[in-house]
Amino acid sequence: MSTSHVLLGLLSGGARHGYELKRAHDDRLPQAKPLAFGQVYATLGRLERDGLVEQSGQDRDAGPDRTSYSLTGAGRTRLAEWLAAIESPAPYVTSTLFAKVMVSLLVAGEETTTGYLIAQREAHVARLRELTGIKTARGASAGDVVAADYAIAHLDADLRWLQTTLLRVAELNQEVNS
Amino acid sequence: MTALLQGAALHRRYGRTPALRGVDMEVAEGEIVAVTGPSGCGKSTLLHCLAGLLKVDSGGVSYRGQDLGSLSEAARSRLRRTEFGVLFQFGQLVPELTAVENVALPLLLAGSRRRQARKVAGEWLDRFGVAELADKLPGAMSGGQQQRCATARSLVTEPRVLFADEPTGALDVLTGERVLSEIVHVARERSMAVVLVTHEPQIAAYADREIALRDGVVDPSGLGLRMPA
Repeated sequence: MSTSHVLLGLLSGGARHGYELKRAHDDRLPQAKPLAFGQVYATLGRLERDGLVEQSGQDRDAGPDRTSYSLTGAGRTRLAEWLAAIESPAPYVTSTLFAKVMVSLLVAGEETTTGYLIAQREAHVARLRELTGIKTARGASAGDVVAADYAIAHLDADLRWLQTTLLRVAELNQEVNS
Repeated sequence: MTALLQGAALHRRYGRTPALRGVDMEVAEGEIVAVTGPSGCGKSTLLHCLAGLLKVDSGGVSYRGQDLGSLSEAARSRLRRTEFGVLFQFGQLVPELTAVENVALPLLLAGSRRRQARKVAGEWLDRFGVAELADKLPGAMSGGQQQRCATARSLVTEPRVLFADEPTGALDVLTGERVLSEIVHVARERSMAVVLVTHEPQIAAYADREIALRDGVVDPSGLGLRMPA
């Protein structure tokens, strides 16, 4: 996910300062990693340098100086391009699991790999249960539910892969170590 | 936790084909347990045996410490009516009865008055978002609506254990989710135990715990790989 594009999106409704952007980010994308303030200001700095946002005011009422930023025309164009661009389908998590299984077969053998797959499955199932709990909780926001759905669907795909791989471990071991 | 429901060394065959080959499992009060595994692994047979719908060939099922096998048919039937609720993949509503009559039926069988039974049935239909279908016959409802009525019917007597066999298998994702969430909420509110049979990891994730079966025995790996004892 690109933080700069998300910030451009959050600015599309009007000018905001860094603190408001951080809060809007964390509210709108629950379950995502919360943004650090430093990251917000660094990103705004880059966006300003590239002409995608501009300073639009100072607010001194509540404590320290707060600089508001707003989108420029170029910023709006960049946001529209990002929203329309198709993302490359990239199963990052599975690729780590995949690499681990292959290396495990190479260095540790079939039994250790099977043990790893079983333990990994347990961790996935526990996380799946946790996310299902978040979704099912009374008062869960639509944002919470949609974020949990996304993670659940990916974990579910991993689980199916773990299961199939386990059935193929012997075959795979023979191939890797031949 | 003490076991509310317990199955010990359960064996069951269909003709020459073994379906359960020595299954031990326990369910505590208020606990939601998923029974998972591939088709033909014995999970539905296990549910039927635990619910007293099917007799075991050997081994025993006990509820609150009482062996189901030692009960008369009448006593077992009373237990199923009052303490157990059962929900299958296809609701199995009585086609000649309206939604509210279907849901009220278990209460009438348990001796409730008609007016009271209909009132309570209406509340359960409302809880599952199908109150407006109260006077409709099952034939005039969609599959999802029928399943929501069937879920209401399985809970109307406020059972201590709900046995649910692939309860959302025939539903679209969002309807299935709504039905399952509601079952979980009822279980939490009333300390109702649930035995949930499913082959879907996403459905099993609604449970507190999972028991995986493979070829009629418990598979501790959960991965379809039977570990050596």
